[in-house]
Amino acid sequence: MVTGHGPVERVVRLWLPVGFFLVLALFPFYWMAITSLKPNSELYNRRVMPLILHHPTLKHYIDLLTQTSFLTWTWNTMLVAVVSTAISLVLGVMLAYPLARMRFAGAGLIAMTVAAIYLVPQPLLFIPLADVINRLGLGNTLTAVILTYPTMLVPFCAWLLLGYFKTVPMELEEAARIDGASRLQTMRRIFLPLCTPGFISAGIFAFTLSQNEFLYALIFLTKSSVRTVPVGVIAELIRGDVFYWGQLMAGALLGSIPVALIYSFFVEHYVAGLTSGSVKG
Amino acid sequence: MTLRSEPVFAFARPRGRVSIGSWLDRQSVFSWLMMAPPLLFLAALVGYPFCYGILLSLQYRPVAHPGTFVGLKNFATNFHDPIFWRVALNTFVYTAVATLLKMVGGLALALAMNQQFPLKNLVRALLLLPFIVPTVLSTVAWMWILDPAFSVLNWLLVLVGVPKPGPSWLGNPLLAMVSIIAINTWRGLPFYGITLLAGLQTVPPELYEAATIDGASGWQRFRYVTLPLLQPIILIVTLFSVIFTFADFQLVYVLTHGGPQNATQLFATYAFDIAMGAGQLGLGASVALAMLPALALLIVALTIYLRRG
Repeated sequence: MVTGHGPVERVVRLWLPVGFFLVLALFPFYWMAITSLKPNSELYNRRVMPLILHHPTLKHYIDLLTQTSFLTWTWNTMLVAVVSTAISLVLGVMLAYPLARMRFAGAGLIAMTVAAIYLVPQPLLFIPLADVINRLGLGNTLTAVILTYPTMLVPFCAWLLLGYFKTVPMELEEAARIDGASRLQTMRRIFLPLCTPGFISAGIFAFTLSQNEFLYALIFLTKSSVRTVPVGVIAELIRGDVFYWGQLMAGALLGSIPVALIYSFFVEHYVAGLTSGSVKG
Repeated sequence: MTLRSEPVFAFARPRGRVSIGSWLDRQSVFSWLMMAPPLLFLAALVGYPFCYGILLSLQYRPVAHPGTFVGLKNFATNFHDPIFWRVALNTFVYTAVATLLKMVGGLALALAMNQQFPLKNLVRALLLLPFIVPTVLSTVAWMWILDPAFSVLNWLLVLVGVPKPGPSWLGNPLLAMVSIIAINTWRGLPFYGITLLAGLQTVPPELYEAATIDGASGWQRFRYVTLPLLQPIILIVTLFSVIFTFADFQLVYVLTHGGPQNATQLFATYAFDIAMGAGQLGLGASVALAMLPALALLIVALTIYLRRG
């Protein structure tokens, strides 16, 4: 290498750009946090330096948890995310395993179809789906979103798992087959236990995607008791033209914590899934 | 012949008897039975709504009323609707500019991160936060950052000499578009950056050494070694990003509702307004379907590119 690496050059080439991106990425979260802790007298006073916190208070959090249905929304969000992730993993495996391991006519076509469905964005489908859900009498039930989230999560899980399954060696399954195990037994007892990392990756993504979902929840859930966090925050904490910014920021922060927590535990799995080239952005 | 083929197993089991068990064990039977539930599920909740959406777009169909077939009338209405063309232009500008910014910014982020430094994994995890936090919630934070009366951004701008009270970010048509593009970029850039970083890490160092020995400058190494090797990843990430920026809904719905005066209205939000706001399911479906030609092209391109099977 011709280039020297003095301390000045290191600052310019490394810390300056990395620092810039870090500040850019994290400032909104910092702003959420300090806004949620400021008393209203400080929030809406132009003479106070806004970047730091002068008189911290938990009032907005207490109001959020006692005067709104935020806890109900959180429970709904969790329930929906966990159930639709579980459904999607099971159905995703049922698609991915044959595609990864079996030879049969039409396999290529099915794989392409799954990929194409994975790429269909919700806005293309929400109007007819809304009508279908209404005719099924599922409006304002969590079932409506538990049924519709997997329409995006199943192809996604299948796609991610298909990529993962192909990296698992086949010798164990072949040995099990020679020992007389049926295909179902081979898959359940031998193959699936080997794929835990793949399930964790797909599961985290499916979980974060369901926590992030907004359009279907907005259309199908119009009663406070069945709302999820994103819809509840938008529909009920923004009241007409009056904004309760402290409460809003408290809600946005608390609503982000479950995803951020799960993500921080499994960040390596997350990045591995992200960089396998199968995740939408 | 690979080890996986049928005859190998055929020797290992009794022949001649066609039991249900052995029928179920045939690759094609096993596969189709296994795939039937997910495929039926997708047919019912993706395939059917998709076809039903096409049918709806050909109907006059107010909410809670039966539809009447009107042929292509809805599409003709859109064709003569100046807002529809505004929406098409908005969507195009939004997608093109945001994608370009994410690509350039993501590449810069990846190059900056592709060095050894302490706490690198922590920094990478923190940089991805905008991408994993639910869009609606981070957009609410941006809404507050851009608030007309108490914008912290304007507070900073006034500090460096911009005349008070600073720009009205969400009230001015052009600035509102700038704002949604900036926030979409903020959210999507880490995804680009971290994916490209993974790509950079697969470039063999020998290539750079060889290029250096041949007298290549830093820029030349980037242009003739790094970029060509990253090209497949850039292409995939860009196609993903274009598809989901093109059909974006959440960010605009929360931040501007398509305003002011439809300056930030996109296909998805406009279709929502017509179908859910005005209750015109048929017309709304036709606006949503107007996305189909461009989307179909992108989806087919990416599907072919991603082919695993």
